[in-house]
Amino acid sequence: MQASIMATDPTIAILSGKGGTGKTLLSVNLSSVAAMATYIDCDVEEPNGNLFFKPSREFEKLVTVKKPVVDETLCDGCHKCVDFCAFNALALIGKRLMIFDEICHSCGGCIYVCPQKALSESERPIGEMSIGHSGSVRCISGTMNIGESSGVPIIEALLKHKDGNLTIIDAPPGSSCLVTESIRLADFCILVAEPTIFGSHNLAMVHQLVTLLGKKHAVVLNKTLEGVNPSEEYCKKNNIPILGNIPFDKRLGKMNSEGRIAAREDAHYHKLFSAILEKALKEVSDETAADPQR
Amino acid sequence: MILAIPSDKESLDSAICVSFGRAPFYCLFNTEEQQNSFLVNSAAESPGGAGIKAAQLLVDNKADLLITFRCGENAAKVLEPAGVKLFKALNLSVADNISAHQQNKLEPLQEVHAGFHHGH
Repeated sequence: MQASIMATDPTIAILSGKGGTGKTLLSVNLSSVAAMATYIDCDVEEPNGNLFFKPSREFEKLVTVKKPVVDETLCDGCHKCVDFCAFNALALIGKRLMIFDEICHSCGGCIYVCPQKALSESERPIGEMSIGHSGSVRCISGTMNIGESSGVPIIEALLKHKDGNLTIIDAPPGSSCLVTESIRLADFCILVAEPTIFGSHNLAMVHQLVTLLGKKHAVVLNKTLEGVNPSEEYCKKNNIPILGNIPFDKRLGKMNSEGRIAAREDAHYHKLFSAILEKALKEVSDETAADPQR
Repeated sequence: MILAIPSDKESLDSAICVSFGRAPFYCLFNTEEQQNSFLVNSAAESPGGAGIKAAQLLVDNKADLLITFRCGENAAKVLEPAGVKLFKALNLSVADNISAHQQNKLEPLQEVHAGFHHGH
């Protein structure tokens, strides 16, 4: 047996400009047709991959961020931390320092600038994460607590558990910081697009993001129907490879809405998703060979 | 007593700014001296936490009372313990709101809103 050229299997992120286009459908099914895969649900505001996988829970932990706490006996009200904070998470009334945890970005700057050493770090939970298995799929998922302002630290925590297997990242919708963080380690991005004008605008949004970040990418057209597909037109115009179509099918919609994994139950869909994965892996290896920096 | 009023322009004829935290200016009116001055709001362009920073600015400038259309909860968390009283603005100029206050025609601001925090 020949030694593998790549030390690890690729990481493929699944993105779309809005919710409901089929990111989780594609992520869950691609993970299921691989011989071995790690699925990471980075949509920490509304994770739903585990509704399909129903994995074992082998590992759980709280995700915390560092936040400043003040020792009021040391604070002399000098105002330096308040002036330093770029996010306006601190306020000072007389000598009373107020700290707005949900606005703090955990940079530690206030602690650094305090001449009185009145500020120190403590851990504040903002969510939780879990790891388990479902068949040949290792499932990593995280949930952000309600009321928190940013899930980025949770996504960072999830990505630390990525292993050398083929990794499928189910990204949050849109093109926010959460998405940027989710695709940071991706070798390849698959953009899922709906066959409408609105869908093509959403596609353009994530296409701009992956282009800006220099990520190799391709498109999967979901819910396709007969006739003109504005998202397909967009791909042709911008020379974006199309890995495949998932035709509109009420049967697939029903399976999906019942939390069933089509590729595990249905030979037709097993074949369809296997073909998409095969094409994606071919694109990744072609692109890797073409890019000397990798 | 110092009144603070968020304003669109640096003038007593200006309309009151609909936003508290992101108002471009605050008119500060000293009731004892009957003098006014305008403060540039350094929080107006903040990416986040504008209400907190604006409230801090008013506290640092010794405002006793704020006349505003609305106020977010984070700003209120700074203003209230600092003893800054909140009054509901009338849809009139800055000058007319000052005289309305002098004639006791303003009502206390009844509610603070949850803020307009944007996602990241």
